[in-house]
Amino acid sequence: MSRHDNWEAVIGLEVHCQLLTKSKIFSGAPTAYGAEPNTQACAIDLGLPGVLPVLNGEALKMAVKFGLAIDAQIAERCVFARKHYFYPDLPKGYQISQYELPIVSKGHLDVDVDGQVKRVGITRAHMEEDAGKSLHEGFGQQSGIDLNRAGTPLIEIVSEPDIRSAQEAVAYLKKLHQLVVYLGICDGNMQEGSFRCDANVSVRRKGADKFGTRTETKNINSFRFVERAIEFEIERQIEVLESGGKVIQETRLFNPDTGETRTMRSKEEAMDYRYFPDPDLLPVAVGKAEIERIRGAMPELPEAKKQRFVAQYGLPAYDAAVLTGERALADFYERVVQLSAADPKTCANWTTTDLLGVLNKTGKSIERSPVTGEMLAGLIKRIVDKTISGKIAKEVFEAMVAGEGDADAIIKAKGLVQITDESAIVKAIEDVMAKNPGQLADYRSGKDKLFGFFVGQVMKATQGKANPDAVNRLLKEKLK
Amino acid sequence: MSLSADQVRQVAHLARLELKSEQVEHYARQLSNILDMVGQLSQAQTAEVSPMAHPLDMVQRLRPDAIAEENRREAFQSIAPAVQDGLYLVPKVIE
Amino acid sequence: MHTLSIKALAVGLRSKKFSARELAAHFLKRIEAHDGKLNSYVTVCADSALKEADAADARLARGEGEPLTGIPLAHKDIFCTQGVKTACGSRMLDKFVAPYDATIVARLKRAGMVMRGKANMDEFAMGSSNETSWYGPVKNPWDPTRVPGGSSGGSVAAVAAGLAPVATGTDTGGSIRQPAALTNLTGIKPTYGRVSRYGMIAFASSLDQAGVLGRSAEDCASVLEAMAGFDPMDSTSVDRPVDNYAAALDKPIEGLRIGLPKEYFAEGLAPGARDCVMNAVKKLQELGATVQEISLPNSPLSVPTYYVVAPAEASSNLARFDGVRYGHRAEGVKTLEELYKRSRGEGFGAEVQRRIMIGTYVLSHGYYDAYYLKAQKVRRLIYDDFKRAFQSVDLVLGPTATDVAFKLGAKTDDPVAMYLNDIYTIAANLAGIPAMSLPCGFVDGLPVGMQLMGNYFDESRLLNVAHRYQQATDWHTKLPKGFE
Repeated sequence: MSRHDNWEAVIGLEVHCQLLTKSKIFSGAPTAYGAEPNTQACAIDLGLPGVLPVLNGEALKMAVKFGLAIDAQIAERCVFARKHYFYPDLPKGYQISQYELPIVSKGHLDVDVDGQVKRVGITRAHMEEDAGKSLHEGFGQQSGIDLNRAGTPLIEIVSEPDIRSAQEAVAYLKKLHQLVVYLGICDGNMQEGSFRCDANVSVRRKGADKFGTRTETKNINSFRFVERAIEFEIERQIEVLESGGKVIQETRLFNPDTGETRTMRSKEEAMDYRYFPDPDLLPVAVGKAEIERIRGAMPELPEAKKQRFVAQYGLPAYDAAVLTGERALADFYERVVQLSAADPKTCANWTTTDLLGVLNKTGKSIERSPVTGEMLAGLIKRIVDKTISGKIAKEVFEAMVAGEGDADAIIKAKGLVQITDESAIVKAIEDVMAKNPGQLADYRSGKDKLFGFFVGQVMKATQGKANPDAVNRLLKEKLK
Repeated sequence: MSLSADQVRQVAHLARLELKSEQVEHYARQLSNILDMVGQLSQAQTAEVSPMAHPLDMVQRLRPDAIAEENRREAFQSIAPAVQDGLYLVPKVIE
Repeated sequence: MHTLSIKALAVGLRSKKFSARELAAHFLKRIEAHDGKLNSYVTVCADSALKEADAADARLARGEGEPLTGIPLAHKDIFCTQGVKTACGSRMLDKFVAPYDATIVARLKRAGMVMRGKANMDEFAMGSSNETSWYGPVKNPWDPTRVPGGSSGGSVAAVAAGLAPVATGTDTGGSIRQPAALTNLTGIKPTYGRVSRYGMIAFASSLDQAGVLGRSAEDCASVLEAMAGFDPMDSTSVDRPVDNYAAALDKPIEGLRIGLPKEYFAEGLAPGARDCVMNAVKKLQELGATVQEISLPNSPLSVPTYYVVAPAEASSNLARFDGVRYGHRAEGVKTLEELYKRSRGEGFGAEVQRRIMIGTYVLSHGYYDAYYLKAQKVRRLIYDDFKRAFQSVDLVLGPTATDVAFKLGAKTDDPVAMYLNDIYTIAANLAGIPAMSLPCGFVDGLPVGMQLMGNYFDESRLLNVAHRYQQATDWHTKLPKGFE
């Protein structure tokens, strides 16, 4: 679009990431998703009179882990503050959050955009409690409030306004998503709301050094919606400005059905949150020794793992990137290599092509894969020791996917053991020669191309079980 | 420091308190008196003083990440003004 | 039975002079006979008290009783009591039956104490006269035309009139000490963090602390010892062993260094009250204490500091009362905003609304630094005053209140005049130090209290000094006419 040449978008993202703790951030109630309404909201989550919060140590540790992974500063002392507003899914009339002294500040994430590395600054990440949910359908003129989610630990990750396009925004989000899942601090489930995004968008004339007026678009719950919402917002703002109007600072909601955003509340209605340090909680101290302990227990991060895969397994960068895309997949691959003791590239091919092909087709995650690492390694081992051919292996793999057992069981049940007994192969070759005198004559008169025909016939006669190398060698001798 | 009737209305709105119109002037006067008294604070020299949020010089204790609460929905909802199907009811929330 | 000390009651129970059931029934009879005049109880636990008393009797019979087993008490209605209405003096919670016990309620229950009922109080503990309660004012047993003080007014009236041997209270700016002084009782507010706040309905979280109201330091010591201690449910609870208060009561006080802050004896203190306190100082000198004048130069700023910090925290703590999950909900509301505004407008009384508005204002955008942050800084100055004082003295002594109990209705239209009642008690809450009030004389037949303030976690010394004083005087044994 030509007019985009005159404009530049400035985007900052706020991501709410639910931490994978068993219990809530300030109470001992469970955090599991999908329970019956209000069965996981205890006295503290409900904000009953007299209850008090106590901080979940694991939530703190996860926040520190995240900070270390983005090379940020970890506050030696951070403070919880109360953020006040009235809303029925906010039981206490305030959210316990962090304001002036967040746990994590000044980090960054390097994002690949069209083959270039772009560094996106992360202003801060603070701990807070999630709110409950309001259900608007099925209660007539009323809404129903479910407080199971209230008190689930979150980190809110606030980026610098370093992002310049919807594509960059999505690349940043995907990288962030991969990171928190890798760290084991978030399940990353966007549909269930474990990873949610608000986008701050403004536009300015190219070359301008001041930012334009921004809008905030709330709660966009898929990568695709983020892209569409931001694109819509950029278009809308450019249109407003080009027609001589002004962008109004406001909060907007994205409607996934129309792909549009609409006003939710304007700045005039903006909240006065009346933040102040929560007197029920004391300052949180994270000692240097504790930080080092957490650092020592950090998992290998995606970028480091990718480089190691290239160096250690001699994989092409592309394969390494695919295999390290998810921590579980990388672990799977390494298990296959270790158990099969086979060529890492062969293992990579089976994992990225065959296994991921099946998983993508069936929509299954690596954790739910019908073929385990042990099973795939068992299969590759039988190729290496020549029990089966590569071609038969594909058939065995299909059977494993269909749940027929491991490779050895399938090979045995189906009688797929490769024929390496040369006399049996010679017998098959002789039969084929006897049955095809015409082709034999043609071959011998110089039609070399017919060699393939004979290989095919022999393999057919042995139901594919003949060792291909032996068939080739013996055929060449016999056909002379 | 005195509060106008409008400021009282604005504060009451922030705090979600319905005030009857005849109360507003009365509150404005009383709250202004209180703020006058509180105004004495400006006499104190506090340039070098760090704020004290808490009488205790302690740091936050951490709770182990363990489930320690059971489902008590029935007991909790027996004191609720309006519930249906396990949900708390409020007038429809419009966003 | 209603004039006996806790120690004497425990002896009576063990020697089978009376049973816990008889004791509970005796206090019930007295409540029925006298509380119509006082309005000290909002809930009287008829059946459950007898059940608890029977359990105590069984326990004593098995020889498993603890020192407090079978002793009745009244809980201030600010403490959540499972299955018993917990209204906190407010229409907002008029129908609130708490689904759980406050930590101190559970502890005293485990010790075998029998909950006789729930004591009236100022609404959400906001008041110094017990006139802000939704359940009506409490009267002072020494003169029913006067206030008993607040906010623990029901607790003191019940104990002073012999309707309970002892009661719990809470103290955010003087709510235990000032009513104790006005009704000839002994009351202690321990160090912030000494007693769990879990289940105590919050007024101002960084100031609130639960304590005991009784007829002697000895009675207070035994109940405080059972209440105090670390609670993992309260982040502000201090993990530190509780001293043996009872064992320290009789220690001699020779050489005790007492500081008299000159600011506490300046203009504003009624001459009669001043004389009573100075006589008590003489008595303590006779007992071996040394006395010096000290200065707490920032104490005149404690009332303004308090009236920023406390309302700010209160406005936040009371935001949860929205008519959604529990508490008062206005009838016939059509919108969410109406639900909030009308439920809160109807559910909260005028004093609570004033404080919510003050607190909302001082926290709001543009005013935070000038009010809230400034008050937090002055709070540090007040704290530093005490830190300095405790370098040269062991305890600080002064009056508890400016004068004897005032007439009902005398200050209800002037919030600022009402707030100045707490001028001597607030500083201890801001600093978080332990403080107590004990009887030290009468003016025109009305009791006067003196206040002892100690260093952090020095409850033991406060109780010791109070006990030695009470061994040498008999002010605390005087009973109001008509309630002997």
